[in-house]
Amino acid sequence: MSEYTDSSRPGRTVGLVEKKTFTFAGPPDRLRLESGAEIGPVTLAYETCGTLNPDKTNAVLVLHALSGDSHVAGYYDPKDAKPGWWDIMVGPGKGIDTDQYFVICSNIIGSCCGSTGPASVNPETGKEYGTRFPVVTIGDMVEAQKALLDHLGIDTLLSVIGGSVGGMQVLEWCARFPERVRSAVPLATTSRHSALAIAFNEVARQAIMADPNWNEGHYYSGKKPDMGLAIARMIGHITYLSDESMRLKFGRKLQNRSALSFEFGAEFQVESYLQYQGKKFIERFDANSFLYITKAADYFDLARQYGSGSLVKAFSRCRAKFLVVSYTSDWLYPTYQSREMVKAMKKNDLDVSFCEIDAQWGHDAFLLPNERLDHLMAGFLKGVSDEIE
Amino acid sequence: MKLSDLRYDLSIIASWIEPGSRVLELGCGEGDLLHWLKKEKAVKERGIEIQESKVEKCIEKGISVLQGDINEEIEDYPDNTFDYAICSQTLQQVFEPRGLIHSMMRVAKKGVVSFPNFGHYRVRMQLALTGRAPVTKELPYSWHDTPNIRVLSLLDFKKFTEDAGVKIFKQAAINTKGNQRQGRRVTVLPNLFATYGIFLIGKE
Repeated sequence: MSEYTDSSRPGRTVGLVEKKTFTFAGPPDRLRLESGAEIGPVTLAYETCGTLNPDKTNAVLVLHALSGDSHVAGYYDPKDAKPGWWDIMVGPGKGIDTDQYFVICSNIIGSCCGSTGPASVNPETGKEYGTRFPVVTIGDMVEAQKALLDHLGIDTLLSVIGGSVGGMQVLEWCARFPERVRSAVPLATTSRHSALAIAFNEVARQAIMADPNWNEGHYYSGKKPDMGLAIARMIGHITYLSDESMRLKFGRKLQNRSALSFEFGAEFQVESYLQYQGKKFIERFDANSFLYITKAADYFDLARQYGSGSLVKAFSRCRAKFLVVSYTSDWLYPTYQSREMVKAMKKNDLDVSFCEIDAQWGHDAFLLPNERLDHLMAGFLKGVSDEIE
Repeated sequence: MKLSDLRYDLSIIASWIEPGSRVLELGCGEGDLLHWLKKEKAVKERGIEIQESKVEKCIEKGISVLQGDINEEIEDYPDNTFDYAICSQTLQQVFEPRGLIHSMMRVAKKGVVSFPNFGHYRVRMQLALTGRAPVTKELPYSWHDTPNIRVLSLLDFKKFTEDAGVKIFKQAAINTKGNQRQGRRVTVLPNLFATYGIFLIGKE
């Protein structure tokens, strides 16, 4: 979930891409949300790479995680220091090959990177929504993405692919619009949060809400709850790593010093790392969006929503061919949660492949360069394409 | 792809599978057999393989495979999900072969089982003449590091099927050369001269 890691690899890229927007549910229409609330108009920021074939059968929807955005690959400007968040996977000749597939990535509603969210201006009041923004769910995010696909004239997706909270959207797509999804790749994800995952999210939200600048979510004209958001991000980053990766990356090494200072500054490298991540995050992310998206992730429960509590029943709606991938050191969404999904898919005679990738980098592993994942992705997508012909 | 592109024992198994059928392979390795069956016989294929690197090779070939333990993974499938459940050169490594064959007969109409023949004359000679546990090309490990914990002969398997109420529809006793790519059928004294046995089995 820590998109924009420092792990970009040299290689071919899709080159320059453009941030586009699509607005729908304008008056008199409104988007009806799962909670029953309605909003409108709704804007989605999105990006596309590659070329849609004449039959429109090669579209791949990539779904980003908690803090991601629509900028999945390539560069907005030749002078950009970094490419999009999944440039290592999306590009010519890469795992999701843009010479073959038309890739779409849109920013989720509730976020703050161009799509409608709590930091957007409410047309009825002329002010930012703040916490008057209705609570959105993973289902609402997918519903909005479907409107974008209708707009793009794409009926059936070759694949929906995403990790973490993006993986939840993948599962939601398969259950909500089974006839529109040919295949699906849920990575490092879960069909519902464990108490552990909810607990970390709640501590992160409490950190934001305890910041005096939060002001019940109405802070857009004054100081922002930067400290709260930074702490929330630091908590997140702990859950994205693992005991092993932290030991290898930091151990008990000190930052820019050789002896203990007997003060409360950032002395250990791990402290310095977390503070840096927190600081970087507040420059690009909205605290209210963090509250809304973590809430949506906590609410997500495929079995409850589509199977009256039974995951097997929930997957009975699905038609997609699946590739499920988990990581050995991911303790936020451990492998047993992926296996539960796979088991439920098998009981429905769904076409599913599963691979547990041996990686020490914890939950974050799905965003790091990994040849195995590249090969799995390329092979799986090719298999799905071949079946169309 | 030609049948001869497959390893000899796999080519015999492949020749037994009806086109368009549903096939589960337990311990499918890098997926050579399933890949061939998918391409040439348009089967609906599923594989189970425990090694991550082999799972990768399977998925790269575009075949559907689950990383996991065959004994556990097979249990999730509803009854009669498949036409065939194949266990190629893996049975001798299974802790509870009777339970696994029972599960194969539950999830599939027919089963295919192949294994190295422990009744082969070289195996018998080694034990008889040197007094030591046999180590052969087909069973190349020492007693202390072998994954082959259930060595059996062709006759052992036939007796087993009788006791377990399983019917043998087809059988092939084969003799393979070094890399197993080529081989031939053994018709004379198979339990003495065959290096491998392959059986198509089903419920009575």
